[in-house]
Amino acid sequence: MRILEVKNLTSGYGETDILHDISINLDEKEVVSIIGPNGAGKSTLLKTIFGILTPRQGVVQLQNEEITGSSPDKIVRKGMSYVPQVDNVFPSLTIQENLEMGAFVRTDDYRDRLQEMFDLFPLLKDRKNQRVGSLSGGQRQMVAMGRALMLDPKVLLLDEPSASLAPLLVEMIFEKIVDINKTGVAIVVVEQNARETLKISDRGYVLATGRKVFEDTGKAILENEEVGKLYLGG
Amino acid sequence: MAELTVYGIVLGSIIALGAIGLTLVYGILRFANFAHGDLMTVGAYIALFLVTGLFPWLGIPDTTFGSLSFGWRMALAFPIAMACVAITSILLDRILYRPLRLKRSGSVIMAMSALGASFIIRMIVLILWGADSLFYRPGVLRPAILLPLEIKIRPDQILILSTVLTLVVLLYLFLQRTKMGKAMRATADNMELARVSGIDTERVIVWTWGIGGALVAAGGILYGIDVQLHPYMGWNFLLPLFAATILGGIGNMYGALIGGLVMGVAQQVSTAYLLPTYKPAVAFMVMILILLVKPQGIFGGRRA
Repeated sequence: MRILEVKNLTSGYGETDILHDISINLDEKEVVSIIGPNGAGKSTLLKTIFGILTPRQGVVQLQNEEITGSSPDKIVRKGMSYVPQVDNVFPSLTIQENLEMGAFVRTDDYRDRLQEMFDLFPLLKDRKNQRVGSLSGGQRQMVAMGRALMLDPKVLLLDEPSASLAPLLVEMIFEKIVDINKTGVAIVVVEQNARETLKISDRGYVLATGRKVFEDTGKAILENEEVGKLYLGG
Repeated sequence: MAELTVYGIVLGSIIALGAIGLTLVYGILRFANFAHGDLMTVGAYIALFLVTGLFPWLGIPDTTFGSLSFGWRMALAFPIAMACVAITSILLDRILYRPLRLKRSGSVIMAMSALGASFIIRMIVLILWGADSLFYRPGVLRPAILLPLEIKIRPDQILILSTVLTLVVLLYLFLQRTKMGKAMRATADNMELARVSGIDTERVIVWTWGIGGALVAAGGILYGIDVQLHPYMGWNFLLPLFAATILGGIGNMYGALIGGLVMGVAQQVSTAYLLPTYKPAVAFMVMILILLVKPQGIFGGRRA
């Protein structure tokens, strides 16, 4: 079933358009990756879907409801969460407080969900009272994902979760993405690390200079020599 | 010297109440509110109106507590004045600062508008109460208690210290334990991420102004009890408030608390060597020194 539908999106900062006429979609329980070279507009696409940027044209639908132009705090209540690439944690708060902030809009008891997050990221549990500012990059990324998952979203948008992480941690983060997906969350992941990402993706979109240039299953993109040569660095 | 240090701690605890509000607002809005000192004056004068105007008219008795210089009238006026200034502070933001913020005005325009607001507030106080120094209770100073090291301290001053301590503990519990307190810290850390998490940052901003206003009002009333009331009292406090804030690291609440105490002690102890009229100069010197040596403050602050 279709859960997120983006149609003919044109968007950018100020007067300048960065994205041109982009259409993508996401089905329930899917992992879809958006890859492409630097400056392709991948992050801009996520920010526009999540309402941080207002699109100039096009439509965003979440579970068949139009959310184009809605503000992030409204979208987050509708079941979609977003993890920015940088500054994605509250450094002076503890791990547990970061997760609690993810549940800010919940008025019910979210202690079960907190426990589920600690089960998903066992490393965080032992340090739940530690300030996040003192954590390593990989641990911060886990806190950031945990925060976004506290509302039990249907869709999770991840902006370059493996950026500036050591290779061993990159592997671990991708494993976590698969784990999160297995709990029933559909994921859109933007990545520079194209090959690793495609391996765990059901489908992928290739963006270049703000346009969609290719789309296929993750496996097919990996095997496509021309796409590999042109956009994934050989 | 020991006595001056104790008086410095009393003064410093009052400075700290103001500096905490200044630093909370800066932490969230990156905005230096030059009108913050004058909110202190407003708090002190609202309490004066209640204590000497409204409460006698209502027939609330003018008894005093033990050897303190005030009684029920002040005990009632204190929280009411705090609430009034909290509301004033929120209104100031809604009417003046917020529209400018939404227009993305530059920091010079924001600073000028705050300066303008501070003039307006001060002039209103001058119009209503005149330019003379006033007291909550004119007359004799209460006898001092003699502590070891020949420190003379008035019962009022002990109460001032315990009031500040109580307020700081309450604020600490609010920031650490409540959902809104945690959201305030989160918003100060990263407003964009707070919004993305679904935190209602507008509500957080209202709370921040309210708490800042209430605390600085408490500082003003306590100063009025300790010394006297004057329309320029808050304005004169602005320099030590900023010095304390910078000393503790801008945006750092616990730093502002320590910064306030340091400024109070520095100012009082300086009177052993300099004329008391040089107190503001001492505050200014300390501020310049910190900016030259360690501009991020002793305890580290946020990036501006």
